[in-house]
Amino acid sequence: MKTIIFKTASSYLLPLLLLFAIFILLRGHYLPGGGFVGGLIAAIAFVIHSFANGIEKTRGIIKFHPGFLMPIGLALALIAAIAPLFTGGALMTGLWFENPVPVIGMVGSALFFDIGVFLVVVGVTLTIIFTISETI
Amino acid sequence: MSNPYIILPIISQLFTAILLMFFWTQKNTQKAISVIMSLVTLGISVWLLTIVLKNGIHVTQAGSWEAPFGITFIADPLSSLMVLLTSLAGLAVSIFSVGSVRNARVRFGYFPIFHFLLMGLNGAFLTGDIFNLYVWFEIIIISSFVLITLGGEKAQIEGSIKYVTMNLLASAIFLTAIAILYGLVGSLNMADLSIKVANLENRRLVNVTAILFFVGFGIKSAVFPLHFWLPASYHTPPPAISAIFGGLLTKVGVYALLRVFTLIFVPDEFMINLISWVAGLTILTGCIGALIQNNIRKVFSYLIVGHIGYMIAGLGMFTEAALIGTVFYLIHDIIVKTNLFMVSGLIFKIKGTFSMRNLGGLYKEYPKLSLLMAIPIFSLVGIPPLSGFWAKLFWVESGFAIENFMLVAFIIAGSFLTLFVMAKLWAEVFWKDGDKLPKKINVKYFWELKPLKRTAMVFPIVFLSLISLYIGLGADHVIQLSTIIGKQLMDTTPYIEAVLGPINESQP
Repeated sequence: MKTIIFKTASSYLLPLLLLFAIFILLRGHYLPGGGFVGGLIAAIAFVIHSFANGIEKTRGIIKFHPGFLMPIGLALALIAAIAPLFTGGALMTGLWFENPVPVIGMVGSALFFDIGVFLVVVGVTLTIIFTISETI
Repeated sequence: MSNPYIILPIISQLFTAILLMFFWTQKNTQKAISVIMSLVTLGISVWLLTIVLKNGIHVTQAGSWEAPFGITFIADPLSSLMVLLTSLAGLAVSIFSVGSVRNARVRFGYFPIFHFLLMGLNGAFLTGDIFNLYVWFEIIIISSFVLITLGGEKAQIEGSIKYVTMNLLASAIFLTAIAILYGLVGSLNMADLSIKVANLENRRLVNVTAILFFVGFGIKSAVFPLHFWLPASYHTPPPAISAIFGGLLTKVGVYALLRVFTLIFVPDEFMINLISWVAGLTILTGCIGALIQNNIRKVFSYLIVGHIGYMIAGLGMFTEAALIGTVFYLIHDIIVKTNLFMVSGLIFKIKGTFSMRNLGGLYKEYPKLSLLMAIPIFSLVGIPPLSGFWAKLFWVESGFAIENFMLVAFIIAGSFLTLFVMAKLWAEVFWKDGDKLPKKINVKYFWELKPLKRTAMVFPIVFLSLISLYIGLGADHVIQLSTIIGKQLMDTTPYIEAVLGPINESQP
């Protein structure tokens, strides 16, 4: 699908979709959204880019093997989950910073868990899709 | 008693798996991490069992959401014992894997998946929420799907298709049962369910749900007539993987049956009859199936089925003594079955085949190793005072006490069949004069391995054999422990009170 229209559109879509993914990730605590959906959208951004420009170009943007995101994301989620254990609370109890962060709002351990999920989903999806499109 | 640290066995396995993923390409680092962290987890499990035996049941509510609304994790003696056994078997198999699993499999993530599997097992034992139990089951079966297909040999793929199909079916039935149960009482917390299900008027609907649970767990623990997937698949993956499957995966099903049928659905006469017959027929099919097999791993697979029948029989009698027997046998069986599959792996490494017809003369060539392998083999048969014997004593005693002679007959028949099978295996593999087998090119034989790898294959067998001997000879301690657990299985009030707080009798 190497048409000019698609190629041009994809170079605009990539940053837009990534921004949208982060927006979805951040609003997910009380509203529809969250790490899983956000991660899928971010993965789609890269998939569209790879359809238009070929996998090698997309690999060039990401720089490292997407599979590497999986342990990082899992580690982040694990840390967020066990953080309350260090203060004597139960697993996955929400810990919140006292003051809201500008733009984002209240930040707590749940956000880091979500970011972890986000990274795992991006990692898994891109690994699967890159592997499949390599073998075809 | 509230204690947030009881989930540490789960956390440490998850942490290990993540750490291993960071070292995806370095196989030697992975092996070292796996063994060291298995040791750490073993330490945590020992600590968990000690504090539970000392201070009573420990509970934590994930996310600090109070029961019955949040997810409860509960460490009572049974679940902490199971966690300890998982850690023991996990450590042994981890060391065995260092010696026996091929590098190609390690490169495709054998060790991380192995630890995810152990995490799932620990989670299933520690959770106090029936839907969460389902989630842990999913983690277990997804990891086991990967492990059973890893390597992609033709036989493996064939076996895994049967394995995957049956286990997915079991999960679907289990999930349906949970949905119906939730529709009936509107709760998923097992302690809460225990109270609410007991108060339900419509007993027929409760029985139907109970049977759905029985079928779901029954497929997973391979009871008659849903057992056929197990012997068809367990002999296909590498011995290290069969060891963890044979030792632990079916026992999760037994654990879940024990939990659900003592806590939520206390069996009435109909369920007891059903469970008893299923148990009897499971013993018979498993042990008779083992008679005619030639592949030693298939023999062990059929024996797994047969011996699952024993444990279900203990549940079918539903007396305290019978449940004590079941718990005792569970301890013995996890250790011995894990060990036997590792023994089969060692035999394969020495001789290059699993076929009893072709094997032989092992005793002449390796007398010391053969004597070592004799320990798990004869423990399984239960020659007194080895570990398989004591549990049967409990069952036979309580079978006579409640006049359930049918089950007693089945158990004794099963014992004799097992004895016959194992004696035949011993004669064929160890005593018979073996022919000189042609050397296979693609097998790396035992004497070709480096000394470290050889030690890594023999050491876990020694380790688990010593535990087997301890279970048999130090039966006193194990019986004490089983008695505590058996009592708690019959009287679930401490469990419920630990989760929900003191029960107020005046409330409906």
